[in-house]
Amino acid sequence: MARINDVGGTQGFGAIDTADDTEPFHADWEARVVGLFNTLRAQGIFNTNEFRDAIESMPPAEYLAASYYERWFTAIVALLETKGVLEPGELDD
Amino acid sequence: MTGEHPDATIAQRVRRLETLLEEKGLITGERVDEAIDAFLASSSPANGARVVARAWTDEGYKSRLLADGTAAVRELGYMEGSYQRLRVVENTAGTHNVIVCTLCSCYPLRLLGPSPSWYKSEAYRSRVVREPRSVLREFGLELPDTVDITVWDSSAESRYMVLPRRPEGTEGLAEEELAALVTRNALIGTAAL
Repeated sequence: MARINDVGGTQGFGAIDTADDTEPFHADWEARVVGLFNTLRAQGIFNTNEFRDAIESMPPAEYLAASYYERWFTAIVALLETKGVLEPGELDD
Repeated sequence: MTGEHPDATIAQRVRRLETLLEEKGLITGERVDEAIDAFLASSSPANGARVVARAWTDEGYKSRLLADGTAAVRELGYMEGSYQRLRVVENTAGTHNVIVCTLCSCYPLRLLGPSPSWYKSEAYRSRVVREPRSVLREFGLELPDTVDITVWDSSAESRYMVLPRRPEGTEGLAEEELAALVTRNALIGTAAL
């Protein structure tokens, strides 16, 4: 079964916001997420394929409601829990 | 977002994660800063523009670029990742190319810089493979029906970059001047020059 990220050719997503945003990040936390991703990956905590899988495994409604870097953050937290770096729920204790 | 504190903003949760990982000794704020700086310093559409200008002015380089993009951009010092293949697709009088990643956001980052939000949007990803001519029109690019459109769907292993057509009347320009004409959207294929 296709995962929610496999959107090619599906209909109903509406118009494209074609604004030519040249800013790499739209909030400081987005940059921190990218920095965290690169730092943790470089240390071998997880690899890129595991990271992609974690994004693609998000529940469809959560995936669609999340912004791009919110998905990254969700995937990083999920992987850190899977790997035992974080206890489940530790982030929100 | 799920979690015990649904009211915590994403910025607060990211900061909390960073603090937790620092406490566990896995990261330091400085290393995260360096990772961000490295990402931004290595990725720019100016890199792709330089590749295009070289191809416009050097037929031998253009041939190598179209035959093996990965090797040809490495000649200019650009590595697009250790296991990714770069294919450069040439626009001609009869063919226009446009790139997408329907599954997520794969993109030749070193050559094009951080991708625009629309490239990562479900609207672009879902529609450009189904109705490319309409999508390009939304970007202000009206192509005659005599021009075929080819859409290239990126993957974890394959990245694409468009080689735009050289604008008319630029015969006298130097390579650096030509590079300055090349826009990010032209390298994606949502604009022409």
